[in-house]
Amino acid sequence: MFGRYRNLIVLVGVLFAQILGLAVQVKRTRNSEPTRLIRIWTVGTVSPLEKGLSWIQNSTGNIWSNYIYLRGVRAENRELKRQIEQMRLEQARMTQDADQAHRLQALLGFKEQFISRTVAAQVIGGSGSDLSRVIYIDKGYSDGIKPDMAVLTKDGIVGKVLRVDHRHVAQVLLIDDQTSGVGAILEKSRLQGILRGTSSGGVVLEKVMSDESVPIGERVLTSGGDGIFPKGLSVGTVTKVTSGSDLFLNVRVHPDADLSRIEEVLVVTQVDEKQVEADQMTPIRAVDILAQRLPTVPPKPEPTAPGQTPTGTKPASQNNPPNAVAPNSVTSAKIPVAAPPAAANTTNAAVTPNLKPTTPEHSGTAQPGSNTATTGIQRSGVAPSATSTSQGTVAKPKPNMPAASGSTTPGAPATGQSAAKPSSAGTTTNSGAAKNSAPKPTNVKSSSKPPSQDAPH
Amino acid sequence: MAITYTSGEQVEVYRFSIPATILIPLAAVFLQAWLPRHFPFFTIFDLPLLVTIGFATARRSPLAGLFTGGLIGIVQDALTQQPIGLFGIAKTVVGFGASSLGIKIDVENAGARFLLTILFYVVHEIVYFFIARVLVSLQMAWSWPHEIFSGVANAVLGIVIYALLDRVKQRT
Repeated sequence: MFGRYRNLIVLVGVLFAQILGLAVQVKRTRNSEPTRLIRIWTVGTVSPLEKGLSWIQNSTGNIWSNYIYLRGVRAENRELKRQIEQMRLEQARMTQDADQAHRLQALLGFKEQFISRTVAAQVIGGSGSDLSRVIYIDKGYSDGIKPDMAVLTKDGIVGKVLRVDHRHVAQVLLIDDQTSGVGAILEKSRLQGILRGTSSGGVVLEKVMSDESVPIGERVLTSGGDGIFPKGLSVGTVTKVTSGSDLFLNVRVHPDADLSRIEEVLVVTQVDEKQVEADQMTPIRAVDILAQRLPTVPPKPEPTAPGQTPTGTKPASQNNPPNAVAPNSVTSAKIPVAAPPAAANTTNAAVTPNLKPTTPEHSGTAQPGSNTATTGIQRSGVAPSATSTSQGTVAKPKPNMPAASGSTTPGAPATGQSAAKPSSAGTTTNSGAAKNSAPKPTNVKSSSKPPSQDAPH
Repeated sequence: MAITYTSGEQVEVYRFSIPATILIPLAAVFLQAWLPRHFPFFTIFDLPLLVTIGFATARRSPLAGLFTGGLIGIVQDALTQQPIGLFGIAKTVVGFGASSLGIKIDVENAGARFLLTILFYVVHEIVYFFIARVLVSLQMAWSWPHEIFSGVANAVLGIVIYALLDRVKQRT
């Protein structure tokens, strides 16, 4: 009897054992789920191979792209410089809005979150299954990675750390997995919902009532309600809105980050929360507001030094914030780039005073005249401190400003642009970077965060 | 006497060396995790499944087939965030079925392998879908065109994989 049906009996036994094991796993809550040895063994076996192949691939790619294939680099460089000039102008405008928001937050006693430390990691592998959208990164618990940490790229959020069973490997659950959930908010309409993945790999925003109007193309940000992703990180764009079930809309979202081609990510290892302090604000005098609103004569362009960009000639009302000429604002007029001595005593007052630094690298690598593009007009009566700021003083990174070059500024969540392409070098700490790289201005509070020990930006 | 659809000469039982038994499934799991990161279209393939079918049909032992399939599936499960056993159960069934069928019919020619792979790919997906929906409550959508297309794609790749496996299998 047993001999005749031996195969079938064994099959049933093996299946039964696996189903039993499956049932036990499903019944357990995630918090009580122990790390399965089979996972450790498998990941421990596979990840070194993946790391090795990643290293070979990156090395080969770097040699090719950095030393051999340099076609079009000059044109690209010119284009990037042009973009930088445009972005500086845009940055000046946005800073004014950010400052206003900052003042209002302080008035209301809001606390704000900001990313203070990140760890750059390389993606070394995935699950290999359409139904399990996870990736593996080359940083583990020895790098400070813990479960439920947010993972993002310069484009937007990617997912969260799910498991950290190894010293140098961690598993990240992508936002397009159907078991993931992210608190999200629509940028303009401020409607909140839950971002979920679908079985087909799409991303939808759930729990938006069907009587609401959601325009296609509206941006989706993190709401901070999930306790994992800081508020304001870029998520994606609404691409399709249909009526779903149970009085809710089915809002399809296209993620900003290309989830199928992620190579490097930033893991947010520390998010700080602090009260917006009133003394961070720049006082505005009525006369300053009046000066800004009054029509002004467009100034003559600043005589440019060789290699220097001509000074902008926009009206003062466009480029000068209300507090541009306030004494305090002058002393706090921190410029993200170092100005040349020639321009030092002329242009800074016209620069938006609260232009916050992006990265310390900027201050160190700025070319003469590089900040003149952001200046609107030359203003007289600039306090001497303006000169000092133009000579490379870097202010403390302000929460609302995006960063560049792999650093994350405290305000990175607000724009989602904080994480430029990271190197695999390691940790970035913005506040510490600012602290280390620049003299501390008198009217700018030093950050409460210690400088990063790994790779401050 | 068991009735088979092949002659006695065609029912050859093969075995694989220990390194091949360990390294080939491991390589299949590794490549399955590695390649889709760089070639996203590769997710339609299931290399561990093809190796399971290849081993099962060559060995022609249902017990060996189900254990091989189960182990490969569990290792594949370990790389996902889902409960361990989803791929394990599906590949156990496939390993058992492929080896049982391998006894009955000739699976040495490319045509038979092509059809066999499509059949077991669909079986694998049905078992996986059923378990995921019923036991794990995952939201999954079933699409026959997609499954058939994936089955054909896997069958094409399978012919190449089986030919490679033929080179390392040893006659008992």
